[in-house]
Amino acid sequence: MTPVPVNPPPVPLPRPGDPKVTPALVREHGLSDDEYRRVQDILGREPTYTELGVFSAMWSEHCGYKSSRLVLRGLPTDGPHVLQGPGENAGAVDVGDGYAVVFKIESHNHPSAVEPYQGAATGVGGILRDIFTMGARPIAMLDSLRFGSLDKGRNRYLFDGVVRGIGDYGNCVGIPTVAGEVYFDDAYEANPLVNAMCVGIARADSLVRAVASGVGNPVLAVGSRTGRDGIHGATFASEELGDDTQDSRPQVQVGDPFTEKLLLEATLELLERGLVVAIQDMGAAGVTSSASEMAARGGTGIEIDVARVPVRQAAMTPYEILLSESQERMLLVAEPKNEAAVREVLEKWDLEAEVVGRVTDDGQFRVLEGERLVANIPVTGLVNECPVYDHPALESPAVAELRKSDTRTPAAQDDAAPSRRWRDLLAAPSIASKRWVYEQYDTSVGTRTVRGPGGDAAILRLDGTRRALAMTTDCNGRYVYLNPKRGGMIAVCEAARNLACVGARPLAITNCLNFGNPEKPEIYHQFKEAVGGMGDACRALGTPVTGGNVSFYNESPTGAVYPTPVVGMIGVIEDFDHAVTSGFKVEGDAILLLGAVGGELGGSEYLKAVTGEVTGNAPAVDLESHRRLVELMLSLAEKRWLHSAHDCAEGGLAVALAESAIRDPELSLGFSVDLDPATFPESEDAPLPALLFGETQGRIVVSAEPAAVESIAAEAERVGLPCRRLGSVTAKENGLQIAVGTQVVRLGVEEASSAYYDSIPARMERTGRAEDSG
Amino acid sequence: MRIGVVTFPGSNCDDDARRAVRLVSDEDPVYLWHKSHSLEGVDAVILPGGFSYGDYLRGGAIARFSPLMSEVVEFAESGGYVLGICNGFQMLCEAHLLPGALMKNDTLRFVCKHVRIRVEQTDTPFTCAYEEGRILRTPIAHSEGGYVADAETLDRLEADGRVVFRYVDAGGVASEAANPNGSARNIAGITNERGNVMGMMPHPERAMESILGSTDGMGVFESLMRAASPVVTR
Repeated sequence: MTPVPVNPPPVPLPRPGDPKVTPALVREHGLSDDEYRRVQDILGREPTYTELGVFSAMWSEHCGYKSSRLVLRGLPTDGPHVLQGPGENAGAVDVGDGYAVVFKIESHNHPSAVEPYQGAATGVGGILRDIFTMGARPIAMLDSLRFGSLDKGRNRYLFDGVVRGIGDYGNCVGIPTVAGEVYFDDAYEANPLVNAMCVGIARADSLVRAVASGVGNPVLAVGSRTGRDGIHGATFASEELGDDTQDSRPQVQVGDPFTEKLLLEATLELLERGLVVAIQDMGAAGVTSSASEMAARGGTGIEIDVARVPVRQAAMTPYEILLSESQERMLLVAEPKNEAAVREVLEKWDLEAEVVGRVTDDGQFRVLEGERLVANIPVTGLVNECPVYDHPALESPAVAELRKSDTRTPAAQDDAAPSRRWRDLLAAPSIASKRWVYEQYDTSVGTRTVRGPGGDAAILRLDGTRRALAMTTDCNGRYVYLNPKRGGMIAVCEAARNLACVGARPLAITNCLNFGNPEKPEIYHQFKEAVGGMGDACRALGTPVTGGNVSFYNESPTGAVYPTPVVGMIGVIEDFDHAVTSGFKVEGDAILLLGAVGGELGGSEYLKAVTGEVTGNAPAVDLESHRRLVELMLSLAEKRWLHSAHDCAEGGLAVALAESAIRDPELSLGFSVDLDPATFPESEDAPLPALLFGETQGRIVVSAEPAAVESIAAEAERVGLPCRRLGSVTAKENGLQIAVGTQVVRLGVEEASSAYYDSIPARMERTGRAEDSG
Repeated sequence: MRIGVVTFPGSNCDDDARRAVRLVSDEDPVYLWHKSHSLEGVDAVILPGGFSYGDYLRGGAIARFSPLMSEVVEFAESGGYVLGICNGFQMLCEAHLLPGALMKNDTLRFVCKHVRIRVEQTDTPFTCAYEEGRILRTPIAHSEGGYVADAETLDRLEADGRVVFRYVDAGGVASEAANPNGSARNIAGITNERGNVMGMMPHPERAMESILGSTDGMGVFESLMRAASPVVTR
């Protein structure tokens, strides 16, 4: 409840030197006429220049979620194990044994487009702070990345810089980067996507919420000093990228992972000792958002004196201090009796702390510059009355047309040898091994990593228990582009399959919704449909959404990115001895397919390779059978009948089989598989490439002792899913063989390995680190 | 037998080192803080991995000047056992307790993966639990791990049996392909002249449990326990 002030709040006078608020200045701040009128209504007067800046940042798409809020209401956010849903620094779920897992994903797309190294690094820093301010120790990072083609120098430069930025930051703080995905497609040209997810653990009964309370409690600024970097970053994130975007470099912040590590340790120590009332990262919109959001949650007011904020540069104005996005800063509220103890902990970690304000009871966000009042805004108006929009939504007729494209004829007429297509797909950068990336990340620090990158999902043990956590990020933007609703469902389903493949029960998701300009009807259509699809899949699989991030305006002069709603999913393995990995283990093992052979080529990597285009409909997705598939996998994993399990995704069955064979370079094995129409009647009329490379959903390739085949098939029958024997694991010398009728497609193990593992290193060595625009 | 693990600001393998000590010892490791001037009577000191003081200048370059490091140097010079892992190895070189230096990897990139190292010496307090020639699988994770020294120093290290670990391939050959960072003569770990100080780039503390993929690092901590136990009764 917001206390109603008895007297009208004092009015700040224009500050000497500040520009006059004119209609042009209002527009420059990205506020529409209607939005400006609402500002005037909330204040009951004209805003000062400082107040205009504050509203502009808080009502930017990035902070205000004004185009997404209505649509996001359709997502399920509740469940029996949800401890914290959306609205806090991060979401949290109960994973048993008294542990909570705290996790969230966030985008840093625009900064990374301009300055890949710092853009990505500070993205990691920001999401880390969201986790440890909840009282959780970060134990893992994941990264979901999208770039344009590696054939262009500029894209290689962005890719290289982003990977270095993520690595240098996470490695220094000492958080292992354990999973993620990287896709390359022209659609991400000039507007790469850099989404970072962090997972932390806390005691379930000691989660901390950022709620300012206790009138008179001091508010402290902690950590790095405030500089002029990142001013209006939130607004920058809420615009399309233009030709002049390089001029925005000053809006990109610079990261200092060492200070972050100190902040992490100090914060956890403070929270463990119960010394703080509330704490929040000064992230997007800096001190403005952290102060006003903490006050809004607490139904209090808050007063900040910018003259007391430690600054890095002389003569910073209130406007600059309030909107700076300098990194590694936190705002915390403590009780006066604990102030000395708080300072002692911060001093121990060599961190600077200054009292910069106090909690008040008048519901106002009041900003002073020494004696001078420079802003005085009702907290509720600022934080909760940001306008929300339901934009017009209309599917692009061109995309509707694309969906109808004939995908089978190009496959039927493809005269390239299937084995060559197979090899080329293994070398396609979106499919090829990302070892070049993850070897630059510390994946084992913390001694919890049971399985790091390279498999279907990462596995981390839960200290002192038999349980393990599994985590993954997934999204195929092409599917979402062709069929937003299906694409949204597939992103959730693929994540669930990946967790199921390692033997984990999916628990909850966080999402990072990367889209173009929502004011364009075709983009808003994509957004509504994709979120709708995600919601349906989350309900079917029992995985609520506990938070996330929306990133609109991912457009460059060449157009919008593919709609890319990335799913970060968390699951639990009850006993880490039940964990399953993706590589074949033993010669002579039976290979089984759970699910149908299928043969859908819409949006497939194969079709793109053959035609150069992304066409057709996204593969069909059956939510109920996915739910069963997860149950089946869990039961098989628990019985320890499986030697391996691997999801079929981009590149289809042939790529999944090859990956299982060459997963462990020191244990290369071959296989012989027969897609005999007697066993697989659905394969009868499909063109060969469709059978090999089609991306039909809901399929998992498993291997097991031949003696276990009957039991596995019986278990599959019990849940009502097809399970048929594809063939056997063989010695390496046999190579990789798939027979379809009389045709046999064969690839040598060495050839497959070299295509898969050498593709990205070879492309990246081409130009080293040079930035060229080629 | 009390083993102390130092926490510098920016250390991030200190907890992992403590966990490793607990896996081989009944006694809890002693928490040593960089600002302190006391080693609290420990029998051995571990300088853990991480990015002490941010390492923005050069790995270990600032840590060398921390208050506790002067105690560590004194301790080492009087024969106390000191093990430096990764960033700890860099500190030992910076503090001149070990010869040579650790340069940026020849790939100019951070590298993290499992490598193989061969135990070249077993008459050290850090490797006495291993049999000679044993090949260990341990993770590495560093961007400045290329060991360098002048030819004379390298020759002396070899002649005195102070090269303790070397990067090798699966067949045990110290090949160029097996060298992950451009280290001279594939050197992964060395001791000082007296043999009581060792630095190594690989992380034995991350190879202590089969669930994490390897138990081959166990021997380093077992050796230290054996060597530093004041009284051995059987």
